[in-house]
Amino acid sequence: MSTEGLTTSAYIKHHLQNLTCSFQEGHFHCAHTAEEAKAMGFWAINMDTILVSLLLGLIFLFLFSRVAKSISSGVPSGMQNFVEWVVEFIDSSVRGSFNGRSALVAPLALSIFAWIFLMNLMDLVPIDYISLITQPLGIGHFKLVPTTDPNATIGMAIGVFLLVLFYSIKVKGLGGFVGELTLQPFGKFGLPVNLFLEGVNLIAKPVSLALRLFGNMYAGEMIFILIALMGASWMSFSFASTLLFSSQVILSLGWAIFHILIVTLQAFIFMTLTIVYLDMAHQEHH
Amino acid sequence: MNINATLIGQTIMFALFVWFCMKFVWPPIMAALDARNKRIADGLAAAERGKNDLALAAKHSAELLREAKEKVAEIIALGDKRASEIVEEAKAQAKIEGERIVTAAKAEVEQEVFRAKEQLRTQVSAIALAGAGKILGREIDAKAHNDLLDKLVAEI
Repeated sequence: MSTEGLTTSAYIKHHLQNLTCSFQEGHFHCAHTAEEAKAMGFWAINMDTILVSLLLGLIFLFLFSRVAKSISSGVPSGMQNFVEWVVEFIDSSVRGSFNGRSALVAPLALSIFAWIFLMNLMDLVPIDYISLITQPLGIGHFKLVPTTDPNATIGMAIGVFLLVLFYSIKVKGLGGFVGELTLQPFGKFGLPVNLFLEGVNLIAKPVSLALRLFGNMYAGEMIFILIALMGASWMSFSFASTLLFSSQVILSLGWAIFHILIVTLQAFIFMTLTIVYLDMAHQEHH
Repeated sequence: MNINATLIGQTIMFALFVWFCMKFVWPPIMAALDARNKRIADGLAAAERGKNDLALAAKHSAELLREAKEKVAEIIALGDKRASEIVEEAKAQAKIEGERIVTAAKAEVEQEVFRAKEQLRTQVSAIALAGAGKILGREIDAKAHNDLLDKLVAEI
C-alpha cells in the first residue's frame, strides 16, 4: 500500500488525479498536484489516458487485424472463433437497429465496443497495483482506466457527434438538416422554439453518450477506491481491523464480479446509442 | 479531472482506430463469414441433392434387381424345359436303338438256327445214308436211290 502517511481524502484524491502534462517554458512537465494540473489550462494532456487508451486500441486492432489477415472460410479455430463471435454479435446488433446501408457503421460499432470494453476492463485491475510500476519510474499519478477521465469519453462522443452531423448533412442536404432543426415540431412560425428544442435534442446526444459512460465508470472506480480504503486502515491484529480487511476482500470480489457486467453493459450501451444516433441521422423526419 | 487537450487526442485516436477497423479488419472478416455462409448453404443443398440421388438410385437398383430375378426365373424355367425335352428325346432314341438291336439280334439268331438246321440236315442225311449203306450192303446203289434219299432229307 502506498497510503502510509496519507490521509483518507489524500488517498482518494491521489487515485482520482490524472497524469497531466504540458509543455511549459520549453520543456515537458507533469503536474504533481491537482492545483498544478488545473493551472496548466486547456493545452495540457493526460498522458495516462492517452497512453492506456492508445495501447488498448492497438491491442484490439492488432488482434483483430491478425485474424482478419489469416482468416479462412473453412472451419474456424481458436482466436478466429472468438473474433468471429464478436463480429457476428456486432453485425447482428447493427442490422437490428440501423436500417440504412453504410460501410462505416458496423466497423465503427465494433471499434467503439471493443475499445470501450477494454478501457473499462482496466477497472478490474486492483487500483494500487499500477503504482507498483509507476512509482519506481517516478510517475506520481497514473489512472489506469481511461473511461474515468471525462476527456476520453467526451472525445469519443465528439467523434460520434461529428459523424452524426456529417451524415445528417450528407443524407438530407444542408437545407434539409437546417430545416429539420428549425421547421419542426411547430412549423415555420415557431422557429425559435423549434431551434431550441431540436438544438437541445441534438446536443443531448453527445453529452448523454459521454457523461453516461464517464459517470458509470467514475462511480465504479470510486467504489473500488472506497473498498480499498477498508484494508488500508489496517492497524493491528485487532477484531475491527481483521473485519475491515476481510470485508475488503469480499466486497472487492463482489464489486469486481458485478463490474464485469457494468464494463460490458456500458460498452454495449455506447455502441448501441451510436448506431441509433447514426440511424436517426440517416432517416428523414416526417 | 480537467477538460484539456486530451479530448482532441482522444478524438483523433478514435477516428484513426475506426478508419483502420473499417479498412483492414471488418471487410476481410465479413467476406470470410459470407463465404462460409455460402459454403454451408451450398453444402446443405449438395447434401439434399445427394440424398435425392441416393433414393433415386436405390429405387433404380431395386427395379433392376427385380427385373434380373424375373429374367433368371425365366431362364431357369426354359432350361428345365429344355432338359426334360433332351431327356425325353434321349429316351425315345434309346428305345428305338434298343428295338433295332433286338431285331437285328433276333434275325441273326434265326439265321444261325437256320444254318445249323441245314448243316444238321446234311449231316443227318449223310449219317443216314452211311447207316443205310451199312445196313443194306452192296445191293443198294447210291446213285439209284439218290432220289429216295433226297426225299428223306427233305422230310427231316
